[in-house]
Amino acid sequence: MENQEFEPKIVAFVCNWCTYAGADLTGTSRIKYGANVKIIRFPCTGRIDFMLLMKAFENGADGIIISGCHPNDCHYSTGNFHARRRWVVFRNLLNFSGIDTERIQFSWVSAAEGFKWADVVNNTIEKVRALGPYENYKKINVPTLFAKEDNNE
Amino acid sequence: MARVGVFVCHCGENISATVDCEKVAKESGDLNSVVFSTDYKYMCSDPGQTLIKEAIKEHKLDRVVVAACSPRMHEPTFRKACSEAGMNPYLCEMANIREHCSWVHPKSEETTAKAGDLVRTIVEKVKKNKPLQAIKVPITKTAIVIGGGVAGIQSALDIANCGHKVIMVEKQPSIGGHMSQLSETFPTLDCSQCILTPRMVEVAQHPNITLYTYAEIESVDGFIGNFKVKIRRKSKSLDENLCTGCGLCTTKCPKKKIPNEFERGLGNRTAIYVPFPQAVPNKPVIDRENCNYYQKGTCKVCEKVCPVQAIRFDQEDQIIEVEAGALVVCTGFDVLKPNFFPEYGYGKYKDVIDGLQFERLASASGPTKGEIRRPSDGEIPKKIVFIACAGSRDPAKGIEYCSKICCMYTAKHAMLYKHKVHDGTPYVFYMDIRAGGKMYEEFVRRAIVEDDTKYIRGRVSTVFERNGKLIVRGADTLMGAQPVEIEADMVVLASAGVSNPDSEELAQRLHVSYDAYKFFAEAHPKLKPVETNTAGIFLAGACQAPKDIPESVAAASGAAVKVAALFSNSELTREPVVAEVNRQAPPVFSTCTGCFLCEKVCPYQAIEREEIKDRNGNVIKTLARINKGLCQGCGTCVALCRVKAIDLHGFSNQQMYSEVMALLNF
Repeated sequence: MENQEFEPKIVAFVCNWCTYAGADLTGTSRIKYGANVKIIRFPCTGRIDFMLLMKAFENGADGIIISGCHPNDCHYSTGNFHARRRWVVFRNLLNFSGIDTERIQFSWVSAAEGFKWADVVNNTIEKVRALGPYENYKKINVPTLFAKEDNNE
Repeated sequence: MARVGVFVCHCGENISATVDCEKVAKESGDLNSVVFSTDYKYMCSDPGQTLIKEAIKEHKLDRVVVAACSPRMHEPTFRKACSEAGMNPYLCEMANIREHCSWVHPKSEETTAKAGDLVRTIVEKVKKNKPLQAIKVPITKTAIVIGGGVAGIQSALDIANCGHKVIMVEKQPSIGGHMSQLSETFPTLDCSQCILTPRMVEVAQHPNITLYTYAEIESVDGFIGNFKVKIRRKSKSLDENLCTGCGLCTTKCPKKKIPNEFERGLGNRTAIYVPFPQAVPNKPVIDRENCNYYQKGTCKVCEKVCPVQAIRFDQEDQIIEVEAGALVVCTGFDVLKPNFFPEYGYGKYKDVIDGLQFERLASASGPTKGEIRRPSDGEIPKKIVFIACAGSRDPAKGIEYCSKICCMYTAKHAMLYKHKVHDGTPYVFYMDIRAGGKMYEEFVRRAIVEDDTKYIRGRVSTVFERNGKLIVRGADTLMGAQPVEIEADMVVLASAGVSNPDSEELAQRLHVSYDAYKFFAEAHPKLKPVETNTAGIFLAGACQAPKDIPESVAAASGAAVKVAALFSNSELTREPVVAEVNRQAPPVFSTCTGCFLCEKVCPYQAIEREEIKDRNGNVIKTLARINKGLCQGCGTCVALCRVKAIDLHGFSNQQMYSEVMALLNF
C-alpha cells in the first residue's frame, strides 16, 4: 500500500465566505499546492450534510477536507458552530462504524489565510498519501443505501 | 433533457499558461447533455459575452457553464449576459479553473485534467439548477443613528436632509458627545461649542429626526432594509412633555457634591441635573444612584419646587420597538482610565490631569470659567508639562496604535495655556510629532515658534511630588538621552483614546465585527471604510479608531450617503438563495414532520409555524415555513432536517450530491 506514486483523491467541502475566498487568495498569491484536491462550494459549513462525506467515500475519495470560517467569524453568525457540533457527533458515529476518521480533515481557513489553505491542502495530501488508498471502505460493503437516490436520470 | 453550453476562458494567459484550454473545451463537449463548447481568450470581455449570448440563441442552450475565474469575481457578469440572451440567470454557473487550478498548479497534464474535472462537476450541478427569481424586499426608509456626538449629529442631519426619517439614540442625557466638552478646536482655534451647539439644536428641531436621549439599544433583529430594533428609554424620572427646563429643581436639590462627569470630575453637580448649560434637550434627569429619595426614601425637594409637577418618581424604563432600514453606529471613543499610569501619578496627585480635563479648564463654560487654575489649590500654574503618547504606542501596555489626535491637541493646549498665562512656560514631552493634515504642521510650528512651547523629544519615566512641585523626570533623546528634570506646577497627560467599555457588547448585539482593541471593524479598510460586514449597518467617527473632528464628520457624511443610496429605491433585490420547505397540495403531504429542530438552529429566526387545518378548522398538522425575507441562505436547517423536507435553492441536495458524484466518477 505504501506506494510513492499513489496520488490520493481528495474532496474539499468549503464555505463560500471564508475558505473559498481564502482558496481564491491562494490563487491570487500564486501559492502552489497539490492538484489532487478539488473544491466544492457551499454557502456555509452549516449547509454540509455529513451524508455527503459518505457519498464521497463511496465514490472513491481517499480523503476529505471540511473548512469554513473561524469560530465567531461565520457570515451567518452560527453556521460553523453547528457544523462543528455536528462533526463531533458524526465523528463518534464514524469511529463506531469503523470508518477511518483520520482521512477527514476539519479546519478553519479565513478569507485572508491563503497560505494556511495551501498548508491544509498539502498536509492533508501527505497524511492521506501515507494512509494509502481507501480500500477498506469497499470492504465494509455498505449496501447501496445512498446510491439509489441520484441514479434516477 | 438539458442543453448545456460550456465556455472555457483563457484569461489572456492566466489560465492557458498552465491549462490546455482547447483540450478542456473539446473534452467537455463530449459530456452528457453538453451540446456546445468552445474556448476564448477573454470570456468576460464584450466579444466574449456576445459569444455566449449568440451561442445561447443559436444552440438553444438552457444551461451555461463558464470555466474561468472565481464566481466571487465574475458570476454576476455572466449571469447578466445570460439573462440578456433570454435565459434565466440562475441557470448559469461558473467553474473556477483560475484561482483554484491554473494559478496554484504547474503546467502539466494533471492540471488540465483537474480543470476538466471541475468543468464536469459544474456541468452536473447546472443540470440540476432550477430557474429562480430574484427576491424583492421592501425597505423601511428610516435610519437609526446610535450616538449623538459630532459624527452622529452630522450623519443624522445629512440623512434627514435627504428626506428620510431618522431616529437618534443617545446614551447620555444630552447629545453633543466629547466635542461638546472641548474648549477650542485645532487648527483654527475656533470655539467648539460655538460650532457644535447650533447643530445640536438643529437635530432637536428637525422635523425628520426623532431624538431619544438617555436611551440605549436593547436588541437588533432583522436584516438590511428591515431591522427591528428595541430601544430602552431609561427612566429620567421626569415627564418631558410637562418640563419646561426652568432648572429650579437643579438649584434646590440638596445633593450638590456629586462629581460632574461632563467636567471630568473637576466640578460638581446635583442629583437632578442637566449635564451642561447648552444641553439638548435642556431638561434634567435624576441620577438615581445619588438621589436621596431613591437611596434613603425621603427628600422629594425637586417634586415640591417643580412649578409644573413634572417629576415622576415612579417612572420606569420604557422599551420601544421601532423598524428601520439602516443603522449608523457613531458611538465614539473613551479616554484611557487613570489607573493605567501609576508612574505618572494620575489619581494620586490632584494636579496631574488628562487632556479632556484640561479642555474643561480652558473652556469658558468650565469649572474655572476658562482660567487655567490647577485643581489642588486654584493657583495659576507657571510651569506646565504636557506628556504626549500617554498610553499610546506602548506595546508593553497593550496599546500599539497611535491615538492620532493627541499631537494636535497637545500643541493646542500649549497654545491655549500660553494665550491665557503669558508668563508661563509650557513643556511637551513627545515621541514624534504626527501632524499630517491640512494646516496641522503649521499649527504645531506656531505653538513652537510663536508661543514658545518647549518641545522635548523623549519619554517621561516618572512624575513625583517634591516640596509642593511635581517633578517630571524624563530623557531628552535629541541631547543623547540626557536626563531631564522639570519642576512643574501641573502635568497634563495626552491619554490614549480607547474604545467604549460597552463596545464589545454592542457589537455583538448588532452582529458587527470588532478589532483587537474592541473598536468596530469596517468591511474593507480602504474601499469600504464606513460599511460593516453586516449589510445595512454603517460606521462613522471614533468608534472605528481614534479620529479627529474633520475625519469624523467626513465619515459621517459618507455613511449618510450610503444610507441615502440604500433608501433611494423602494425595494431591495436579493439573491434567491433561500431555503424552502417542500410543499405539495394538499399541504398535509409535506414530508415536514413538524419537529422544528430547524427553528432552533436558524440564526435569523426565519422559521415560522404554519398550521394546516381541515374543513372544520381543526389543526391537523403544523409545518415549518421559511420566511424568504428573513432567510439568508446559510443552509444550516437543510443539513439538519432529518426528513430532508428543507432544501436550499442554488445549493440543493440534488446539486450537491451530483457535484460530489461527478467529481469522483469518470
